[in-house]
Amino acid sequence: MGSNVLHVLKGINFSVEEGELVAIMGSSGSGKSTLLNILGMLDLLDSGTYTLDGVPIVNLNETKAAKYRNKFLGFVFQSFNLINYKSALENVSLPLYYQRIPRKEREKIAMQYLKKVGLSEWATHLPSELSGGQKQRVAIARALAAQPKVLLADEPTGALDSTTSYEVMQLIQEINDEGKTILVVTHEPDIANMCKRIVQLKDGVIIEDKKVTQIRASDYV
Amino acid sequence: MFSRDSWQEIFQTIKKNKLRTFLSGFTVSLGIFIFIILLGLGNGLKNSFNQFFLDDATNTFFIFPSSTSVPYKGFKANRKIQFKNEDVVDIKKNFPFFLEYISPILFRAGTISYKNKSNNYSYRGVAPVYQFAEKTILMRGRFINEDDVKNKAKYAVIGRLVAKDLFGSEQAIGKYIIIQNTAYKIVGTFQDAGGDREERYVYLPYTTIQLNEKNTDKIDQIVLAFKPELGYTGAMIFEEKLTKFLKEKHSISPTDESGFFIRNVADNLNKNMQYADILKLIVSFVGIGTLIAGVIGISNIMVFVVKERTKELGIRKALGATPFSIVAMILQESVFITIIAGYVGMIAGVFVLRFVGDSLENYFILNPFIDTGTAIFSTIILIIFGAIAGYVPAKRAARIQPIVALRDE
Repeated sequence: MGSNVLHVLKGINFSVEEGELVAIMGSSGSGKSTLLNILGMLDLLDSGTYTLDGVPIVNLNETKAAKYRNKFLGFVFQSFNLINYKSALENVSLPLYYQRIPRKEREKIAMQYLKKVGLSEWATHLPSELSGGQKQRVAIARALAAQPKVLLADEPTGALDSTTSYEVMQLIQEINDEGKTILVVTHEPDIANMCKRIVQLKDGVIIEDKKVTQIRASDYV
Repeated sequence: MFSRDSWQEIFQTIKKNKLRTFLSGFTVSLGIFIFIILLGLGNGLKNSFNQFFLDDATNTFFIFPSSTSVPYKGFKANRKIQFKNEDVVDIKKNFPFFLEYISPILFRAGTISYKNKSNNYSYRGVAPVYQFAEKTILMRGRFINEDDVKNKAKYAVIGRLVAKDLFGSEQAIGKYIIIQNTAYKIVGTFQDAGGDREERYVYLPYTTIQLNEKNTDKIDQIVLAFKPELGYTGAMIFEEKLTKFLKEKHSISPTDESGFFIRNVADNLNKNMQYADILKLIVSFVGIGTLIAGVIGISNIMVFVVKERTKELGIRKALGATPFSIVAMILQESVFITIIAGYVGMIAGVFVLRFVGDSLENYFILNPFIDTGTAIFSTIILIIFGAIAGYVPAKRAARIQPIVALRDE
């Protein structure tokens, strides 16, 4: 990534309790994606500490990071990032493959999560045969399959129209209701207001951190 | 790493990415295929070279007379030199240390007939030892022997194709053929690795031809063999001494280069072996070049494959794939494809060579083949280098940050 060092985050002190649904907001360049990537161990921090579920995340080599990601974290991306030659079911079972769970069991678990996101009938379809909302739901099922501690969603509704966005947010709220900790990066205020807490980032620092009354996405659908 | 699961994962990748698999497999197959074909054709070229030049005995001198170019001892220039029987006797007497055998040769050509069939053939008057000089292989009967020469017997030994022309499927031995109004009894038939031309000769005792030509003692050429243990240097010394001896005997000036000529096959052999070596060098050079081109082709396709999969690998990493599992997956896949495709290319190459066989003989490619050892060795080399070539981009892919791979652009 070139030799230029760019300091994006300039001192962030921030902790999330189990079961929270946090929206990280900010204009582009504010550092919200960088924060999420550090939390997701996709990017490295130059200074500071990061503790996840009581485990200090230090001295991360690639192999260790991969194992943490597999065990603790689930990712949902704006552009879904499904593997295009694998069916919905195979995509969902991929994190389980890296947990060395046997094939049969893997597919059973994956099917459960597909059912959970309402796509069990689409299990054998390729991503190209699914709509944007369906793809994102497959991605969410995949993120949940490994039973992570935290779900990290980077603009999960960024590529979706508003009706589909609300459907996806409804799903995220339901998962949160079951107690899963979720962080959502977004720049849309209506999406942020569907979370329980909003963290506002600007130029690499937190300018606002407030709890909000959650608006249920089901009100819109 | 080699669990059933990872194989299933790889088979799925291969099956779902047919074009990519085909491209990389095709590159490997083509590389091996061309390598096998080139090496096979090179071997064929070498074979026909050997057949052309290394057919006759390699320790022989052919001495053939010519005309002088320098006046000497009262003789004018342009005097024709004629060898006679006594030359053979004298050489035998004077060079027992060097000499293995010696034979005069008389070259004749004419109509040879059997019953109502006849054709023009070359026939030669020779001594028994001539059989060794030409490496003639007797199929039936015997060659001219010493008694035939002593008795000036009217016996003939005929080539395979002469027998075929005149006798067809009939047995030739014991039959009589007519040469120059004289009947000769056939005592043997022969074949010769030197090709069709040499299998259309007829050999007679040289004394019989001389008798028929008014009991002359003239001979056309002398062929002799030196003892092989003399080696190349010994042969050169022998040639020098023999030249001096014959010049003196026939009153040719020591400075005259053209009274007669000695064709020293040992000299030729040396030269031909050098050509053969160069040929071999060129063939191996081309072979190695093709192999390198194949390896480069595989490296390129691997870079392309990894590039194409960058995003997928990023996703896998985000989902918890370790760098090792990424490298292992790519390598396992590429080695698997390379082995299958390499094997296919090898079999195809060997098959084509066998199919071509001797049909390219007119283009000097004889029995093109590649020994199994070389074929398998080169395939393994290509697979190993393919794996190494795949390792570098795979390693780089494993190190790539998932966020870079997953950027939307």
